[in-house]
Formats: sequence, structure tokens, C-alpha cells
Amino acid sequence: MTLRERLREKISAAFYHHGLLCASYPVPIILFTSASILTCCYPLLRLPLPGTGPVEFTTGVRDYTVPSHEPQGDLGERPDWYRGPPVAYIQQVLVKAAVSPWDSSLVPVDVFRSPLGRVFSLLEEIRNHVHSDSTGVRSLEALCLQVTDLLPGLRRMQSVLPEHGCLLVSPGNYWQNQRELFDSDPDPLKTIQKHEPKGLHTSATLRDLLFGVPGKHTGVSHYNRKRVVTYTITVVLVSYDTRFLGSLRSRLKQLHPSANCSLRDDHMVHVHFKEEIGIAELIPLVTTYIILFAYIYFSTRKIDMVKSKWGLALAAVVTVLSSLLMSVGLCTLFGLTPTLNGGEIFPYLVVVIGLENVLVLTKSVVSTPVDLEVKLRIAQGLSNESWSIMKNMATELCIILIGYFTLVPAIQEFCLFAVVGLVSDFFLQMFFFTTVLSIDIRRMELADLNRRLPAEAGLPPPKPGPLRPREAPPPPRPSPHTITLQTPAFRNLRLPKRLRVVYFLARTRLAQRIIMVGTVIWIGILVYTDPAGLRTYLAAQVSEQSPLGDSGGGGLPPHLGVAPVFHAGDPTSTLSVLPAPEPTPLPENQSQGHHGSAGAGPRPQVPPAVPQITWGAEDEEGWRRLSFRHWPSLFSYYNITLAKRYISILPVIPVTLHLSPQEAIETRHPQDTRHPPPPIPKVSADLQTDLTLYKVAALGLAAGVLLVLLLFCLYRVLCPRNYGQNGVAHGRRRRGDLPCDDYGYSPPVSEISPLLLRGHSMDIECLASDGMLLASCCLAGQIRVWDAQTGDCLTVIPNHGVFMTQTDEGDLLRRRSVPARPTLFTDQPDLTPLIDTNFTCQPPSHLATPPRGGFDFGGLVEPDRASTAGTQATADWDSSVWAMELRGNLIAAGRSSGKLELWDAVEGSLRCSNEDGVSGITALAFLNNRIVAARLNGSLDFFTVEINKPLGLLQYRGAPGRGSMPPSPCYSSEDVISCQLTRSVQCAHQKPITVLRAAAGRVVTGSQDHTVRVYRLEDSCCLFTLQGHSGGITAIYIDQTMVLASGGQDGAICLWDVLTGSRVSHVYGHRGDVTSLVCTTSCVISSGLDDLICIWDRSTGIKLYSIQQEVGCGASLGVISESLLVTGGQGCVSFWDLNFGDLLQTVYLGQSSDGQGVRQLLVLDNAAIVCDFGSELSLVYVPSVLEKLD
Amino acid sequence: MSLTLTAMTDSTVTGGQQQRSGSGQMSRPSRGPYISVITNRTTNLVIRGTMLFSVGVFLALVLNLLQVQRNVTLFPPDVISSIFSSAWWVPPCCGTASAMIGLLYPCIDSRLGEPHKFKREWSSVMRCVAVFVGINHASAKVDFANNVQLSLTLAALSIGLWWTFDRSRSGFGLGIGIALLATLATQLLVYNGVFQYTSPDFLYIRSWLPCIFFAGVITMGNIGRQLALYEYKVVQEKTHQD
Repeated sequence: MTLRERLREKISAAFYHHGLLCASYPVPIILFTSASILTCCYPLLRLPLPGTGPVEFTTGVRDYTVPSHEPQGDLGERPDWYRGPPVAYIQQVLVKAAVSPWDSSLVPVDVFRSPLGRVFSLLEEIRNHVHSDSTGVRSLEALCLQVTDLLPGLRRMQSVLPEHGCLLVSPGNYWQNQRELFDSDPDPLKTIQKHEPKGLHTSATLRDLLFGVPGKHTGVSHYNRKRVVTYTITVVLVSYDTRFLGSLRSRLKQLHPSANCSLRDDHMVHVHFKEEIGIAELIPLVTTYIILFAYIYFSTRKIDMVKSKWGLALAAVVTVLSSLLMSVGLCTLFGLTPTLNGGEIFPYLVVVIGLENVLVLTKSVVSTPVDLEVKLRIAQGLSNESWSIMKNMATELCIILIGYFTLVPAIQEFCLFAVVGLVSDFFLQMFFFTTVLSIDIRRMELADLNRRLPAEAGLPPPKPGPLRPREAPPPPRPSPHTITLQTPAFRNLRLPKRLRVVYFLARTRLAQRIIMVGTVIWIGILVYTDPAGLRTYLAAQVSEQSPLGDSGGGGLPPHLGVAPVFHAGDPTSTLSVLPAPEPTPLPENQSQGHHGSAGAGPRPQVPPAVPQITWGAEDEEGWRRLSFRHWPSLFSYYNITLAKRYISILPVIPVTLHLSPQEAIETRHPQDTRHPPPPIPKVSADLQTDLTLYKVAALGLAAGVLLVLLLFCLYRVLCPRNYGQNGVAHGRRRRGDLPCDDYGYSPPVSEISPLLLRGHSMDIECLASDGMLLASCCLAGQIRVWDAQTGDCLTVIPNHGVFMTQTDEGDLLRRRSVPARPTLFTDQPDLTPLIDTNFTCQPPSHLATPPRGGFDFGGLVEPDRASTAGTQATADWDSSVWAMELRGNLIAAGRSSGKLELWDAVEGSLRCSNEDGVSGITALAFLNNRIVAARLNGSLDFFTVEINKPLGLLQYRGAPGRGSMPPSPCYSSEDVISCQLTRSVQCAHQKPITVLRAAAGRVVTGSQDHTVRVYRLEDSCCLFTLQGHSGGITAIYIDQTMVLASGGQDGAICLWDVLTGSRVSHVYGHRGDVTSLVCTTSCVISSGLDDLICIWDRSTGIKLYSIQQEVGCGASLGVISESLLVTGGQGCVSFWDLNFGDLLQTVYLGQSSDGQGVRQLLVLDNAAIVCDFGSELSLVYVPSVLEKLD
Repeated sequence: MSLTLTAMTDSTVTGGQQQRSGSGQMSRPSRGPYISVITNRTTNLVIRGTMLFSVGVFLALVLNLLQVQRNVTLFPPDVISSIFSSAWWVPPCCGTASAMIGLLYPCIDSRLGEPHKFKREWSSVMRCVAVFVGINHASAKVDFANNVQLSLTLAALSIGLWWTFDRSRSGFGLGIGIALLATLATQLLVYNGVFQYTSPDFLYIRSWLPCIFFAGVITMGNIGRQLALYEYKVVQEKTHQD
């Protein structure tokens, strides 16, 4: 155990020093890290890019032997796939045939009919070729690849492709290899065309497969300038027999000598095919990537409380990705080439390595005390989490090590990558991410300092040093009120430029867009490199296009006069064979004669009479011009996959056929002459491929436009907010600068017009309400009582002892014997006569009715009332009111002199006062008949209000509707009220009490001495002392459901269980003081000096979201309903939807916006809001709520 | 109070934003009469069940695709049919099972009175799902020397999954139990000839099947608990009010 602790200490110290190092030299460390990343990634350049096409390997024919299965180390250039026998050997017989000389009497069909017809005899020849020597007799049947059924899905090709026999394909397959069928076919082109797939095709077509040359090169069309027909007979062999193939080659060459053929036949090419990725394989891949992105999203969403979330999230992702790249690079460097499919295992690697450490680091660093130096914060945060990080890493390494011993090669390789990735990830976290984090924190503190310097200018700077100043807490603030009473001008600062840049980035969603663009590019690359995708098609198109251009350009003219070369022997022919027993009928005189006659003929426009059959280098490997899916698709028809296997392509056997015009005419079908092709199809046939290309382009363009339109519509439907547009006229909230309304949502012209209650001459300091009445006190000491429904001023209690009634209504009200709801009367001011009669019925125990419009009673009333009330209450006019509460008709006012006064709210008379305490009353709570007063010296006084009711019982004023407070007794003017100190808790706190709240029979106090105390209201017994904050308590919330939340100067928010006194959760939410706390049934809402409003989940303590408010926004909060939050701002109040954090509406309180902040905000029972606005009060109704109440 | 919000939104917001208020009404039930608590709870249950069902169906389709991938030809005549290459009843069964499991886990948690507190966040859930897919991937793609090795590896991976993302005894027990039941059911199905495995090595089925089942149960339970976290909060506030 001691070893463990020692280890833990050592690790912690090491991390501490490391954090100091990183935060001290950020730039060199980042440079060093980038350099090491690049160095480690350098070996990746040598890796082949994934997704390339088939690879080739050429060997000589003469010394060819089937490669063995065992890898042989001696052959350096031999690829590692070249092992074992190939799937098949491909022997192509390339036939070039032409009717020569060309006769003017021939029709276009003759160009290909008779040359195609010769395929059947060639097939016969090949099939029946038998080589016999000393080792035995070999025929094609024994050597060729025997195929069985076609795949079930290819029934339509059954008539064309061979089944149950040799895989031997040629154009003759169109006619079941039967000459008779071909001869009786009226239109061979149509037959060929019939089997072409409809629509666009991306892979090899049947025509390509059978002809063995790209469709454009076959020359099988009505419009063929060269009049040379090219096709191949493809023989697929399963084993390689040199002698048989040699004899076949010499036999064919002997039968059909190719004159000027210089094709090399000493090389065979082995083609290795990669694994195909079909859509079926892509779906799981895409799924894993979606899960990966969701994981990254949910992880990086947790990064909070930093300067730029996006920056840190990017840094986190960069950390993980580059650690992966580093691991692959390092493995490559040490000679371990990855054999796994990188794209497949990549998401799992990311998930294994994870973003957790990075997030833990961030959280730990941002939750260190803000008043420390940056490097100390970093160091402390690092060392706090060092143990868990090391533990996690050790566990993961252990797991991976176990995985390594499964001895499965794939898993071993994965584990190796994961280990190296983990280590490099740790390295990057420690160096790269920590440094980025320190830079971010420093920037945040700078911005914070810029913003808060004026506000805290009066306070001495916190003691610098590595220690948390727990021993030396900040000096006590003189009074809780002076803190919130900063002049608005101080707080109304322009944002620093850097902050605005960040906000601009956040508003325009730059990072998001870059990521989106990156994703699109990535998808594009995927589509492009996908073997079944675009590139294949493009490549096929291009390869079909380019030779066409060549041949059209200059293929013919230079060879015009070379016809005699045909007969100049074949010096280049490598095989000297016997003279042909049946030489190809090539009557030279006839040919020459025809040539002559054609030249001398009357039609000079006749195309070259002798079609040239030339053999060029491009014929040597004609299969290269085919789509590289040609062979895989041919084999796949028979359920043979070429993935990860290879085939060997043998050198082609050239065959030249010259046919005489007579032969062509003989083989004609009767219908051939009947329909000479119209000239227009000729052109179109020539341009067919071009047209397909254009069609593809047009289709793609249309699809793209459609997609863009669709996305646009979706965007309009889903995101109806007009992003980035400025508000109409009232742009007082600087919309552009703030992320809190970077939606740019501008509320419509306000229907909610605030009711301004004017009357105070100075700024309002205290505000109290019991739902019906509203009492306010200004700095001048004047207390005014307002009707909360109508906003009428009922009573004025001036500070110099002048009692004044505003209207006779107010006057009448105080004379009622039966306390009715004042709203009823004030709502109907035309009831004056009725009330007048009422008044006259009253016993005249009071003074005469004052004249309308207000009258100064002067000192006349006050002594009188005091004497009639029977109490020796005298108001203290010298001290100012520090705290005020209103219940029933009584206003409790706590003064700076320590005096507690009870005023009648309606009559404006002083009912009693208590001067037991000498220290100023900083906070008051008035619940039922008890008043709790907190004093500046930290003591807590409990008073009981005793009512001697002469007439009868107390009359309860039923709180209308859903009163959250218990019905408070209403005191009528006849009662004799006395206020007695029942208990005084001296030294309830060591420091001044800052907050006092009472609810549910509990009184909760918070003090500068970092503690919260809970008292029982009945017997003033201290139940709990709650410790947990590391700063003075600034805000407390308690409600009927016994939920207690407290916020302190350390920015922490604690949730407590009032029944047990235990701490439920403890979160750091704000940089600086928590200024206000409100709870709903599901969440806790806090606002802080950092102008941030945070919404926390009440049960889990997880932060749901936060709203960045304008700088210098008031810290006042109120919850109107479960989902409606109201906050005070600069001259306005804003309504927020709590479910989404959306700004619903901003109500501007006055015309002038000169920075009058709303500091206090009360939510009344009738869903009206009252807030102070300089020297005025503002009453804002939320109309829909009122409707609902009705 | 959602009425308030709706009215508020309606009164203040111009056209085109109605769907926000609607969703607000749906997602945040209001405090109200007791009836609405019950209806809310059932709707919540239904929503959760539906989500879990769809997740189960999706995972079944994708993972099934992984299993049959080896035999997919280069030119599948129609790709869509290869997605639904297995019998039609497999995805709905998986979906139903996952919905049941996902609802069962939080239910048992609350019955036992020990709410699951370990790593309750969506990123962890995503990680769990990714690891589950990875286990399936490994079982389908990696060439193992023999079946025992494959099964042992997958068992270790599944236990690791539980240890990393769950660590609750109830989760482990439930996982084991359901995995055994599902294996038994598969055995019965195969025995009755409903379908069969290409190379059975454990009676009639593959020996890695229980491990996959176990990992799947843990994963679905994880998702279900995370989803239930939302309802848990609602219920909690209800109890506070009552």
C-alpha cells in the first residue's frame, strides 16, 4: 500500500513538473511535437495507397514455372502475391480480318459479316487441335478451365456464355458457335446489341467479354473506315502446357500468317486483383464510421469551460488521429507492413485509444481554481489526474498484451498497432494537447482579465502563489449589495478583438464547415477509388476514347502505299514454320488489279481500297485496354472470385485474315443489301461513346443540381431561423458579437409592453413582493408599495417621516374593515362612489379623508398612529434600508442601524419596530409569522410577529391559484402587532451573512466564511452546517421540495440534501462568483459573474448547456414556468426556452438603453415579472400565462 | 407549463417555427395532474421501446451482412437482396429482443435500488456499440486457427466489454442468463430445422454464439439505461412534486 502511495506521489509530482514545463514553453514544445509527428509519419509515404487497381508482374515465357507456395527470399522484385498457381491462364487469339481488296459493290455489312463468319472455322481449329508427342496426346479439353453452371442470376446470359465445358469465349458465342445460325441471322449487329445491358454500365459488358477487345476497336459496325474487324478468341486454361500452346500457336500462324507482325511473345503477365469492396461490404464499414463519428461528437461535446471549444475538440481529434498515423508509421519503419485493411480497423483503433484521457485532462485543468497562475493550473490539473491516467493506460496495455497472446495473426497485428498507438497517443497528450490546453487557458484568462478588470479594480489582487489561498481568503466584501451595484458603465465594455474573432468563427461555424468540406472530399475520394465506382468508369471511357482519336487522326495515310509489304515475306516472324498447306487466299494480282482499278476508277472519293491490317505495340497487350474488371467479371459469372488471387495472361497469338470480295458476297444474307444503313446512324454510331459521356455528365449535373436544391429545401425547412440576419430596429444586443444569439434570431416587434412604475428618485435597492403587492425601496430610503396587478402606486413611505397617500383609492383601501383583494378594486376604478358609501359606513376612528391627489399629512399622522397603535415604534430615518420583505400587509424592513421595522403596506404606517440588534441587517426572511434577520456581524435573529387581534381570528388571505408560499395571514389595521426577538444566534457565522433564504420550515444562511447553515424555523435550531465551498457563499436556493442549492465565490455550485445534510453534487460552473441560482423540478439554473448562464441537470449534476450572455448582463434570474426562464439584461429582460436554450423574446424596458442593467428580478404568482430598471420599476406580463390562469 | 411555452412561442415567433414548440411539448412533460404522469410514462416507455427496437433491427441487419459477407459474390445480382439475405424474421426478432433487454435493464436497476452510475454518458455508449460491432467483425473476418480459440477470444472480449462499460453485477447476471436463453432458443430453432449454420461446432450452432449474445445484451442494456436516464429524471421530479 505504501509502495502504491509512493508511486502515486511520484507520478503526481512528475506530472506536476511536466505540466509546468508544458505551460512554460508552449511554442517550442508544439514545434517539437509537430516535428516528431511528421518524422514518425514519414515512412507512410512509401506505403501504397489503398484502393488501387490490380497489380501486374511480368515474367518470361521460356523459363516459366509455376511459382511455389513457399515464399522465396532470393527473388527481390517478386511480389508476395506471386505464389502458387494462378487461377487460370488466359490465351487470347487476336484475329484481325478484312475483306481485301475492297470492292465498290460491297455493302457496309460486308465489312464484318464474312470476317466474323471466319471465327467458326478458327474455333473448330482450336478445339480440335491436338498435340501429340512422346509424353502423350494433349487436347484443349484436357487443359482448359472446365466451368459448370452460370450463377443463378444470369439466366439471360445462358444462351451466350458457355456452360458445362471449356471456358472458351469468342464472338461466335452470340450464335451458339454455329455457323448456320450466323448465316441465317439477318442482322448480326442487332444480335450483338441485343445482349448489351440497358442504361449505364460500369463494368465489362458482354460484348467486351466476347470480343475480347474494347467495343470501339472491334470494327463491327456499319460505319468502319478502316474496314478491319478485330476480335479475340479467349481460351482460359487451367494448367500451362508449353508444348501444346506452342503447337497451337505455330499451327494458327501457319494457317493464317500475319505478315508484318512483330508482336513479342516472350512475356507473360500475371495480374493480381485486390479484394473487391461491394456495397454489401461498405454498409458495415459505413456503420462503424457513423458510430465512430457519433463517439467523437459525444466526446468532444463534453469539452467545456474553455476559450474555444472547437479548437480544443480539433486538438483532441488531431491527437488521436496523428497518434494512429504515428503508430502505422513506426510499425512500417521497423519493417512491419500492415496487411490488415486499414479502413476497416481504423475506427476500432480510435475507439480503443479513445478521447477519454484528453477530456479528463481538460476537465481537471478547468476545474482548478481560477485565481492561480496558468502554468500552476495546468500542473495541478495534470497531477490531479495523473494517477487515473496512468492506471487506465496500464489497464489498456494489459488488455492489449493479453490480446497479443491470442496468437491469431490479425489480432496480434491489431494489438501491435494499438500498443504503439496508445504510447504515441500518451506522448501526444502529454506534449501536444497539454500545451494547446495551456495556450487556450491563457487566452481565456487574458480575455477574462480584460473583461473583469474594471469590475474588480477595487479589490486587492489575489495573492499569487502555488497554494490555493484557503488560508488567506479574499477580503470580505463590505456588503453584499455593493457588489451587485456596480455602475453599468463599468461593465459595458467592448469585447476584445480576439474574442470577437472567436465569436465570428463560432457564428459562421467555420470549423464545422471545414469538417463538412473535408467529409465531402473524403467521400468523393472514396467514391473515386472504389473499384466499382467512378474511376473505373472514367478509366474505361478514357481508354475507349483515346485510341479512337489516334486512329481517326493519322492512322491511315502513311500506310497507304505499303500494301506490297504484305508479301515481302515475314522476316520478323519468329517462328519459321512450314509453308502453309492451304495458304490464305490472297491473290496478289487480283488485289493489285483491284487496287489499280480502284485508283483509276471514276470515283476518287472511294476510301482506300485495301484495308490495312497492321500490328502494333498496342495489340501486344490488347487486354490492357479493357476494363480491369474484365477478367474478374468473366470469372464471377461462374462464381470464381479473383479477389486476392492472380491470373496469368499469355502472349497473344496473332491471326490475320484476308478475305476476298467474292467470299464476302457469298456469305451475304439476303437482307444485308436491303437496308443500307442511313447516314445519320453512322455518325451517331461513331459518336455513341461521346454521347454516353455527355449523357453521364448531363445526368450528373442534373443530379447535382437536384441534390443542392433538395438540401437547400431541407435546410429551409429544418432551420427556419434566419441565420446571421440582424434584428430589425432594436439591435441593442450586439447580435454579431455574441454566441448567445448567434442564431441571429430577431424577435418580432414586442407585443409584451412593460409597465413602467415611476416614482422613485434614485436607484431601487430592495424589491419585495407577496404576489399581490409589491414593495420597493430606493437608495434614498423611500419605500413604495405598488399593486402588482395594475401597477398603481398605493403607498409611499418616504424616508423623512412623511406619510403620503397617492389616491383616495389607496386611502379607501386602508380603511376597509374586511380586507378584500385590492385587485378587485383597483381593477375597477369607477367604483369610487360605492367605496365612498362604504367608507361612510365605517366608524370614524380615523382621520378625515385626505383630499384627492395626495396630501402631505406631515408629522401630524405619525405620532397619532403610533399612539393609537399602542407601540412605541418610531421610525429610524437616518439609516438606509438594506433588506426588505413583504408578507400579507406587512413590510419588514431591515435597516443598516440594525433596526427591524414593520410597516403596514397599505396604510403606510409603522406598526412596530425592534431595536434589539445593533449590527446592520443584511438579509431578511419573512415566513408565516416569523422573521429571520441576518446581521452584518454574522448573527442571526429570530423574531416572532404577534398579533393581538381584537375582532377575531386572523383572516387568511387565500393565495390565488398555485401559491408556492403558504397562505400568509393578513393583518388588518386594527390589530396590535408586536415583534419580539425570540432567539438570537450569535456568531451563526464567522463572517457576515450574505444570503438568507427560508422555505419549507427551514432557514438557510450562507456566509463569507464558506459555510451554509440550515436552521429549523420553529425552534431556531441549527440543523446542519454544510461545508464544501472554497469561497464565500453568494447564492442560495431553497424551495418547498427541500431542494437546496448553493453557489459560491469559487464558482462552484453544490446541491444538498436538506434532510440529511449531505452533499448531492458539486460542480464547477463559473469563472468567478455564482450570482444567482434558481431551480426547476428538473434542472438548476445558475448565473455567474462571467455572464454565463448554466443549466444543470438536477439529478445528475451534468451540465446540460450554457448560455453566454452579453458582457455586463445582470445576474438576475427567474423561472416563470417549468420551461420558461427570464433573465435580466442591459435595459431588457429576455425570455428563454429552457428545453432548448433558445432565446424566445427580449423585452426592452425603456427607450433609452444607456446601460441600465436589471439587477433584481422577481417573478410574481400571476406570472408577471417585476424588475428594477434604474429608478423605475418595470412590470412585464407574460400574456399567455395570464390567459392560462384565467 | 408546456402550454405556456407553446403559447409564448406562438405569440412571439413568426411562422416556420412551430415544430419547435411541438417538440418542446413532447419532450418535456409538464407537471400536471396525475393522469398525465401515467400517460407520459407510457409514452416514454413506448418511445424508448421503439428506439431500442430500431437500433436492434439496424444492428441485426448490419451484423448479419458482416456474417454473410464472405459469400457475397463480386456481382451480386441485386445488392438489396443481399442485405435481407437472411430470413425476414431475424431482424424483427433481434429488434424485439433488444427492446426487451433495453427496457429490462433500467427496470431491474430500479428494482434493486442501485441506479447504475458507471460512465453514464453517450460517448461511452457509442464506444460500447463500436466495440460490439468490432467483436462481430472479428468473429466474421478474422481467421482463427480453430473454433476453440475463436470462442475463447470472443469470450474474453465480451467480458472485457462488460468490465469496461458496465461493471454491475446485475448486468453481468442478466447478460449471462439472456445469452444462455438465446443460445438455447437458437439450438431449438436449428434442431427443428428452421435454419442451420454452415459449420456447426457446438451441438448444432457455432460456439461463439453465446459470447456474441452476451456482448449484445450488455450493449443493448447500456443503451437502454442511457435512454432511461431521461425518464428517470422525469420520474424523480414527479416524486418530488407528489
